Amino acid sequence: MSARLQTWLWIAQRGSAMVLAVCVSVHLVTMVIAVRGGLSAAEILARTQGQLAWLIFYSVFVVTVTVHAVVGLRAVLGETLGWRGWLRDLCLGAFALLLIIVGARAVLGVFGAGQ
Amino acid sequence: MSDLHVRIWRGDAEGGFSAYQVPRQESQTVLDVVTYVQRQLDATLAYRFACRVGMCGSCAMTVNGVARWTCRTHVSKVIDDQGALEIAPLNHLPIVRDLVTDMAPFFDQWAAASGQFSGAKTRHDDFATVPPDSPARRAIDAAIECIGCGVCYASCDTVAWNPAYLGPAALNRVWTLVQDARDTATLDHLRAVSGDAGCQACHTHVSCAERCPKNISPTVGIAGLKRALTKATLKGQL
Repeated sequence: MSARLQTWLWIAQRGSAMVLAVCVSVHLVTMVIAVRGGLSAAEILARTQGQLAWLIFYSVFVVTVTVHAVVGLRAVLGETLGWRGWLRDLCLGAFALLLIIVGARAVLGVFGAGQ
Repeated sequence: MSDLHVRIWRGDAEGGFSAYQVPRQESQTVLDVVTYVQRQLDATLAYRFACRVGMCGSCAMTVNGVARWTCRTHVSKVIDDQGALEIAPLNHLPIVRDLVTDMAPFFDQWAAASGQFSGAKTRHDDFATVPPDSPARRAIDAAIECIGCGVCYASCDTVAWNPAYLGPAALNRVWTLVQDARDTATLDHLRAVSGDAGCQACHTHVSCAERCPKNISPTVGIAGLKRALTKATLKGQL
């Protein structure tokens, strides 16, 4: 992998961290308010399903989580286990795909497209 | 004054500590202790020093677990209550013998980081005018007094985890060049410090700044390089 691409990955991780700071805050505050308000899971889903805003919000959340986690894990594997090279990056690419698929299923569940 | 109980690393990487008794003296430095052992107790002890006044950067060692310049480190500052002193070679560098490390990997990183000045002027041109109070010149002033002792390199966790990492000293040097109005190879410098082994590998642990005997903060320079690298990358210059 070229140094240029490695730099782009680093920038993507910093950028995704900024977006995640907002997403995590919104998610946690919303959950706390909803749960303390006495809403059940079914009642929460009834409010999110069909709402385009929540679809966009959680789609952004899943994409940024995927970018941030995979790039961060890449550094952790290299520095902690000494695992570097194309095989590590290939495995991380597969892990990114897994996160996107699992995340997309959850987002579609919140939006109600799977109903 | 009672004797010092000194343990000194002997041999190569597979070696171990040997114990010595050294008379305690007033205003005694760690380098004085090592010199006493070599001249009075065991002439085969290998260590490195030159100026003895904190200018050359050649006498750095690990003293009670911390990388220090030994010529300017008073024994009273580092011994524990029992008067014990443990002296070892610098971390993260191959041990040649006893307290002598091979500094080649450290200085090779300066070359790999493009730590050389590139100017456009010749001796026939007029002097460049650099305002002393300009932000760039001030940034250089804060970073330029590095003596190449390797203390920051030996103290850096990232160097331990990522042997290809250029290290605080080399990156600090490049930071002074990127800030230098006379240097014409800024993008080449940034290209050299990009990637997994470059400035973005720094975790900002600040060990380099804490341990630097010249009170330089390579962390500040590395943060500056990250900003410059990000801007140049986003502008498509690299």
